[in-house]
Amino acid sequence: MGTFSDSLTLAAALVAHLDPRFVDIVALSLRVSLTATALAACVGLPLGAAIAVGRFPGRQALTVLLNAMMGLPPVVVGLVVYLLLSRAGPLGAFGVLFTPAAMIVAQTILITPIIAALSRQVVADAWGEYREQLTSLGAGTFSAALTLIWDTRYSLATVLLAGFGRAIAEVGAVMIVGGNIDGVTRVMTTTIALETSKGDLPLALALGIVLIAIVLIINALAQYTREWARVRYG
Amino acid sequence: MADVASAGGLPIVCAGVAVGHNGTRILADVDLAVTRGNLTLILGPNGSGKSTLLRVLHGLLTPTAGTISWGGASVRPRRHAMVFQRAVLLRRSAAANIRYALDLAGVRGAEAESRIDDALAEVGLRALAGRSARVLSGGEQQRLALARAWALRPEVLFLDEPTASLDPKASRAVEEIVRGIHARGTTVVMTTHNLAQAKRLAYDVVFLHEGRLVEQSPAQGFFNAPRTSEAAAFLEGERL
Repeated sequence: MGTFSDSLTLAAALVAHLDPRFVDIVALSLRVSLTATALAACVGLPLGAAIAVGRFPGRQALTVLLNAMMGLPPVVVGLVVYLLLSRAGPLGAFGVLFTPAAMIVAQTILITPIIAALSRQVVADAWGEYREQLTSLGAGTFSAALTLIWDTRYSLATVLLAGFGRAIAEVGAVMIVGGNIDGVTRVMTTTIALETSKGDLPLALALGIVLIAIVLIINALAQYTREWARVRYG
Repeated sequence: MADVASAGGLPIVCAGVAVGHNGTRILADVDLAVTRGNLTLILGPNGSGKSTLLRVLHGLLTPTAGTISWGGASVRPRRHAMVFQRAVLLRRSAAANIRYALDLAGVRGAEAESRIDDALAEVGLRALAGRSARVLSGGEQQRLALARAWALRPEVLFLDEPTASLDPKASRAVEEIVRGIHARGTTVVMTTHNLAQAKRLAYDVVFLHEGRLVEQSPAQGFFNAPRTSEAAAFLEGERL
């Protein structure tokens, strides 16, 4: 029972002392997951909008596939990226396995379907409301899709948060392609897994508390910004 | 203020137009011609197909049977604009909403800015140009939608029950704007279920009943001496 109170104290101490190794781990976590979210947004938002607005054969099937891919197991994504990036793999020549770049690639693949599937839903709902007006004004499919992305930006911000949450919380993919190398590819979740297996449960839990706190702060900031903008811009 | 007419998208001619959906008939066998300079009110009870006919005339909806042409062409002209029952405004400023529409129509730069200013002044919203469109009142939103349509200098303006969700004062403001736009040479086609409004505005009345065009006559004749029993019953029922 003492574990939780021990961990809370430890978590507070970690944050208070700002141990450089601890700061590096947190910084790498944020760097990897935020970059992956940004990359996945570049692909997922236009893809989701295109599927929502476009009229092409296989659209329904693509929607089903995308929705299903929201449940991609991180270890499987990690394994596939590992095979692609390993020395013998097709992309082995780049030599990025066991680097943060490999972790970014894996997380990007993991969350692109989430961002695409959720933004498809958001944009499709808006399209129902805007379609006649935009058609009347002469907007083509491409320009309508861009307009809808911009007009649903507050909802899409939540979609990006969902993607980021998935990325920062997963351990399977970054563990396999990053290798949890101390000082190089060690992030919060892999550290938690390592400390747990070493038996240092209070430290593992303390790191977990810090991780949750960081996610909470980022979400709170996003929520605050969104509400501010909504009140101001409608 | 010129340059409204002569874009070549008139007359709009419907021949035997029908619209159906899963076996239900929304419009049947409608023959209709919209001619230049007219202000036509489409009247009829709820569910008579008014909005559907308007969408067909604007080219938003393809009829399931029959033909429609715009100035002899089978493609929807770009210089036709529509204002919907509930204004669909983008999440940006009032001025930016008009700028967006002008940009799609290929009007940019100084010409666009002068048209934006002119259109906002026309509907009395110049002071709110920088305000976000989504925080305007219902009446202001509808006036902005009208300004956006007017900025396009449309050859034809379609209005689908533009005052249905507005209070009487806001409705009269919208009517005045519509009248002003028509006075400058734009052909207007509008649906309404408000008879008083129809009497104030209409030159020409198209009366629909259960998806059929029952009567088309000049407004005065329609209101004083309807030729069909359906129209007489509609006018009678509305008076009660």
